[in-house]
Amino acid sequence: MNTPLLRLEGLTKAYPGVVANKDVSFDIQPGEIHALLGENGAGKSTLVKTIYGLVKPDAGQMYLQGASFEPAEPRAARAAGVAMVFQHFSLFDAMNVAENIALGMENPPPQREIAARVRLVSDQYGLPLDPTRIVGELSAGERQRVEIIRCLLQDPKLLIMDEPTSVLTPQEVAILFETLRRLRDAGTAILYISHKLEEIRALCDAATVLRLGQVVGTCDPRATSAREMAELMVGSSLHVPLKAARAQGEVIMTLQGLSAKAPHRFGTALRDIDLTVRRGEILGIGGVAGNGQDELVAALSGEIRTRRNTLMMQGESIGHLGPNARRRMGLLAAPEERMGHAAAPDMTLTENALLTAVARQDLTRRGFVRWGKARDYASAVIKAFDVRTPGPANTARSLSGGNLQKFVIGREIMQNPVVFVVNQPTWGVDASAAAAIRQALLDLADKGAAVICISQDLDELMEISDRFAALNGGRLSAPRPAQGLSVEQIGLMLGGAHDMEVAHVDA
Amino acid sequence: MIRLEKRTAPSQFWTYAAPLLAVMLTMACGGLLFAALGKDPFVTIRTIFWDPLFSEFAWYYRPQLLIKAAPLVLIAIGLSFGFRAGVWNIGAEGQYILGAICGAAVGLAFYPTESVFILPLMIMAGALGGWAWAMIPGVLRVKFGTNEILVSLMLVYVAQNLLASMALGVMRNPDAMGFPGSRNLARYPSATSWINESAGLHWGVVFAFIAVIFAYITLSRHIFGFQVRLSGQSPRAARFAGVNPGLLVLICMGISGALAGLAGLFEVAGPSGLISIDFNAGYGFTAIIVAFLGRLHPVGILLAAGLMALTYIGGEIAQSNLRLPAAAIQVLQGMLLFFLLAVDVLTHYRVRIGTRRIA
Repeated sequence: MNTPLLRLEGLTKAYPGVVANKDVSFDIQPGEIHALLGENGAGKSTLVKTIYGLVKPDAGQMYLQGASFEPAEPRAARAAGVAMVFQHFSLFDAMNVAENIALGMENPPPQREIAARVRLVSDQYGLPLDPTRIVGELSAGERQRVEIIRCLLQDPKLLIMDEPTSVLTPQEVAILFETLRRLRDAGTAILYISHKLEEIRALCDAATVLRLGQVVGTCDPRATSAREMAELMVGSSLHVPLKAARAQGEVIMTLQGLSAKAPHRFGTALRDIDLTVRRGEILGIGGVAGNGQDELVAALSGEIRTRRNTLMMQGESIGHLGPNARRRMGLLAAPEERMGHAAAPDMTLTENALLTAVARQDLTRRGFVRWGKARDYASAVIKAFDVRTPGPANTARSLSGGNLQKFVIGREIMQNPVVFVVNQPTWGVDASAAAAIRQALLDLADKGAAVICISQDLDELMEISDRFAALNGGRLSAPRPAQGLSVEQIGLMLGGAHDMEVAHVDA
Repeated sequence: MIRLEKRTAPSQFWTYAAPLLAVMLTMACGGLLFAALGKDPFVTIRTIFWDPLFSEFAWYYRPQLLIKAAPLVLIAIGLSFGFRAGVWNIGAEGQYILGAICGAAVGLAFYPTESVFILPLMIMAGALGGWAWAMIPGVLRVKFGTNEILVSLMLVYVAQNLLASMALGVMRNPDAMGFPGSRNLARYPSATSWINESAGLHWGVVFAFIAVIFAYITLSRHIFGFQVRLSGQSPRAARFAGVNPGLLVLICMGISGALAGLAGLFEVAGPSGLISIDFNAGYGFTAIIVAFLGRLHPVGILLAAGLMALTYIGGEIAQSNLRLPAAAIQVLQGMLLFFLLAVDVLTHYRVRIGTRRIA
């Protein structure tokens, strides 16, 4: 057997109170797309940060092409031929593509030369990108191309990609996969991190599965079913939410002609959105992040106020009301960003319970907070939604992402909403917690509430929604029944026309 | 190897122990400094930290402590609301001056009538004056998005010039044969804020204690206090919780302005007595330090103001009795601030010595 490109031997890394990686060993061969699978918190990020020189392991060795490899910092890793595309882009909105690429270089050549090389690489690998465009105007898929090209200019031996498809439309995913396959054929190895099993089956040549920091298995994803991989990942059989057939109730909320300016420079303006929801239904709204999801939630929660008649609920005009008045009416919301928006990180869970439950749970008396009652409510949410924490006196920051999300969702659901708006309910949440959250949304609809679920995860939306609509550039498509929608139809609804150009295979 | 490790929650123990440790470190390093200056370190430290409270002349110094600490507490309590909410009113000194001018104007207008209503009217005028001066940066920020730090600071200099023109112009004492400065309100029985001058007790001291209790209850028990804390920690979460950010800015500016105005009024009607060109003594700026030393907590502010007053009074004693240079006292005060901020690390981080263990 020939020398692997990268060999990991017994990598161990511990943080206070948690072992992120324990005795992790596997090989990556040159010219293979190797998947790294695992739930959130399984230690994938720590492992790739170790390879990229951002984290120093406590024990273990790495060998790159047979030679000992101990990058002290990302610069050393890059010099050795390891490049990484992060899940969150580090680009400056106000600069153009070539300028952004120059910023990441040690000794940037003149702009004209960079632009020429960008064009060359983008032709070579089928990544359409104009080096003179301003990054703030690019779609998420195009931004990702900037990051990829930035890496490719270094001519890497190993390219690490962290959850690259989470922000892409199906059409953009197709372009990305084509590019990655071409890179592989050119001899570049790719370490592909994801928890989307179908993608891995379609793309990767080998897979390593992590659970709780340890390697629990390796497999050939082309020969293993998605269910088997999922069970390896979770360590138990998966609980699939039950969707009962529900009777459609009467229309409970109507949004008519909602337009709102973008709240900040690179925000999205909402354009003429019409929407009705009925009792007992789940309306799924899909779309790539940054197409107006945050703004739509803000307009529904009351953080953005509109004209009185734009929003009608149970026959009353509520467009002009603020968040607490809407909560009293039964319109509750859970925004996407948990830390700092849905919850205050440095406050206790009791205080965070007070944050939205003050009106409906009667947590004040003449303006004075009834802390005992607030604590009881927080404890009830913790218990009912199985939030793993020692108690309500702990800060929101001390909870893991999934646990905090369960708390945030539970805090709203236990207030018996009439209409519940939730944005990215399971983003960054492990599979079992995600299933619990979806089940809670379905139960809520069964009890006769209307649920508006905004998500980037199309599988999730197809699993729970009754009707599906897509948000693109601040416009909402007309909702269609979710049953029987094909991936192509969804892609078109999501505004797949945006950079439809698929890679030219003839190059 | 020594490393700092972030705690998941601030340490309860160090929240209280850190200030004590800081005071002890200050005493130790200050002692070394005084020894290097050729003074007996123990005598010097005792003179500064002990004598104002417990020496045979303490009967003279204790009232001075009250007089110094009261305006600091009043102003710092007001500022702490804004600072917790992310509203940076740096111009308390100006609001203090305006409170003094407005309150004194009411008192002087009634001179020499005697009535029990005069002091309450002055108190209201003082609070209103400070409030109105603070509303300028507040409204400008809410309506036009100006930076309240700059505007409130600039207004301090405007207030100082206004003070000078008052002392030399309309408020000048007609019986003072041309000397600048107003009539002495402390000698006007219906207008004086003194309750017992020899004990250092004036209405400002009473109001300072009331402000501490009021602030404590508001911040810990009332929904408004919760909204203030929430706005400072996560502005977006506050908006989601239904807080109106503009209104909150105005309320916080208003509270700090009114309390600074009150402090000015009590000072001009008591310890200072008259409106003069150099009436303001920097309480408005020192109170910013006091507010942060006290961790923006009402009881902390009370203690911090006491400590600040102690180093001022003790420092003066050390200067006159031990011939210690004034600069050495300032260094000591600087050390105190430095150590208080430095040991603060211990509340949020854990110190680990030795190599990392693998869990």
